Amino acid sequence: MKILVPVKQVASIDGDFTLDGAGELDPRALHWQANEWDAFSLEAALQLAESSSAGEGFEVVVVTVADEHGEEGLRACLAMGADRALRVWDPALAGVDDPLAIAAVLAAVARREDPGLILCGVQSSDSANAATGVALAGLLELPRVAVVTAIEQDGGGLTVQRELDGGAVEVLRLSLPALLTIQTGINEPRRANLRAIKLARSKPSATLALSDLDLDVSDVREVAGARTVRLLERGRGEGASMIEGPAEAIAGRIVELVTRELRA
Amino acid sequence: MSGGVLVLGEIGDDGLRPSTLELIAAGLELADGGAGRVAVALIGADAPAHVQAVSVAGVEEVILAAPERERFEAHVWEAALGALIEARRPAVVLAGHTADSLGFAPAVAARLRLGFASDVTWVAWEQGGPLARRGAYGERLIAELDFPAKETVLLLLRPGACGARADADAGAGGTGASARISRVELDLDGVARTERIELREAPAGEVDIAKADFLLSIGRGVGGGERIGELERLARLMGATLSGSGPLVEAGLLSRARKVGQSGRTVAPRVYLALGISGAAPHVAGMSKARTIIAVNSDPGARIFDVAHYGAVADLFEVAAELERQLS
Ligand SMILES: Cc1cc2nc3c(=O)[nH]c(=O)nc-3n(C[C@H](O)[C@H](O)[C@H](O)COP(=O)(O)OP(=O)(O)OC[C@H]3O[C@@H](n4cnc5c(N)ncnc54)[C@H](O)[C@@H]3O)c2cc1C
Repeated sequence: MKILVPVKQVASIDGDFTLDGAGELDPRALHWQANEWDAFSLEAALQLAESSSAGEGFEVVVVTVADEHGEEGLRACLAMGADRALRVWDPALAGVDDPLAIAAVLAAVARREDPGLILCGVQSSDSANAATGVALAGLLELPRVAVVTAIEQDGGGLTVQRELDGGAVEVLRLSLPALLTIQTGINEPRRANLRAIKLARSKPSATLALSDLDLDVSDVREVAGARTVRLLERGRGEGASMIEGPAEAIAGRIVELVTRELRA
Repeated sequence: MSGGVLVLGEIGDDGLRPSTLELIAAGLELADGGAGRVAVALIGADAPAHVQAVSVAGVEEVILAAPERERFEAHVWEAALGALIEARRPAVVLAGHTADSLGFAPAVAARLRLGFASDVTWVAWEQGGPLARRGAYGERLIAELDFPAKETVLLLLRPGACGARADADAGAGGTGASARISRVELDLDGVARTERIELREAPAGEVDIAKADFLLSIGRGVGGGERIGELERLARLMGATLSGSGPLVEAGLLSRARKVGQSGRTVAPRVYLALGISGAAPHVAGMSKARTIIAVNSDPGARIFDVAHYGAVADLFEVAAELERQLS
């Protein structure tokens, strides 16, 4: 069985940055790193592949929709144990980060690869839409479960647990092919060792253009759910009253506050 | 009908979710801005029991769908919402950014090519369409979104963020007075693709953090766990109950019963002392109602300072050591 694992490099802003008058961000303020959720979805895929009965071949394929920033993430996935990597990019996709648009691109990849299982992260830590995976399932009309915290193979299908708001857990059975969105904490993602990192260089990886997927950029833009008008500084509400000074002074003030509030 | 606002109420194993009333309040605000009439849809067998609660003044219609479905199933809800949207063509559909919605709403939006945004924290009706705001770049910034050329826009609103009027108007529940009730027949045979085997309630655990007056709550800022003993000792010394963020529970450093947030417990102690917690939305959902929030974080841009009443930019271990010294 083939398992497709969509991954993403997320952008974070550290330290100082400024928005220009039009509400746009200087891209030089961005730092890139692997999305926290993806290590868990890839690990889940690798564990399923490893636990499979001998003879049944598994292939774990990672895919990203990204410019060159995506390469580093894919290499890390190959080093962790993925068998093959795909990067979809087209200059026309620059600036497209809408979850439905990305899902449309991934759907074309999935139609081509025909995986038995797709494992996405619940969300990415930069935009936190928590939507790409389930949108992809919708486009492919695949059975899906969101926010999965445990997976077991169960005959020809899967038994999974999903996390509900409030801490309850629902245990569900579904058949394959299927798509799951994976929650952090489901497993302990492995770290790649040096040998694996070297080995990763010889694993197959390919870059696809939209035309390779029979997609037109207008198809992708048309599915996009929203358009960003501008970026704004975050409103800080009332904001906290800040305690200044060395640790000693901070601790002193905290003791004071706690004592007062618990008495009140 | 086309245009108007369709609010999708959420019914869980434990009844109508309170966020439903916020969605209705947000819908009424959009209507005030010119979005048109407000209808509330309730899906499933339990729906009729909640008609009164959602019949808030201003809601014109309550739509009951799929009465044969006993409980939430993502694919059935996807089909039901999709059918309602196609039949009614509302301008805006409001649902909650909740674990249940995340399992089907994005699929509806992608299939029907709707306008879509999730985890929305602000919405208004401007120049004939909705305008929405949500976090960007780990919520360091806010993105303002519009939805050109979309006949219907599906928005998942963050619980607690929109519909400020909920407390005033809808908080007490509806009067059942004026809303018209309609029932919609949908053919949902064979649509379900998952089968529930079991529902496991949240474990009672060894401690009820929701009962504590004083929570000392720790986050990933405490590192890999080598120094967690120092914080347990500090909690004892301060007379606080130890709680924390999701990642610490996932790493096995705290029990599940001590998790604060959307998928953990909702708490409202007199004092919530947050050490090394960034203030991600799912965490804040569980603690924003604490009476006094004090946060220590080494990052001056951490979002926890937006909800905290008092804050200090500092290394949590240095502050913890000082607290221990001053209290012993
Ligand atoms: C569906 C869903 C449900 C979720 N439910 C929950 C939930 O119920 N509860 C929950 O908590 N999370 C939940 N999460 C996870 C949530 O999105 C965040 O990932 C999580 O809350 C982050 O925890 P944190 O603040 O401890 O870690 P981080 O975000 O990593 O923050 C650590 C903070 O520590 C600070 N720090 C580091 N070192 C120090 C130091 N020495 N001194 C002081 N400060 C330091 C850093 O500046 C940073 O701000 C959920 C996510 C999803 C998708």
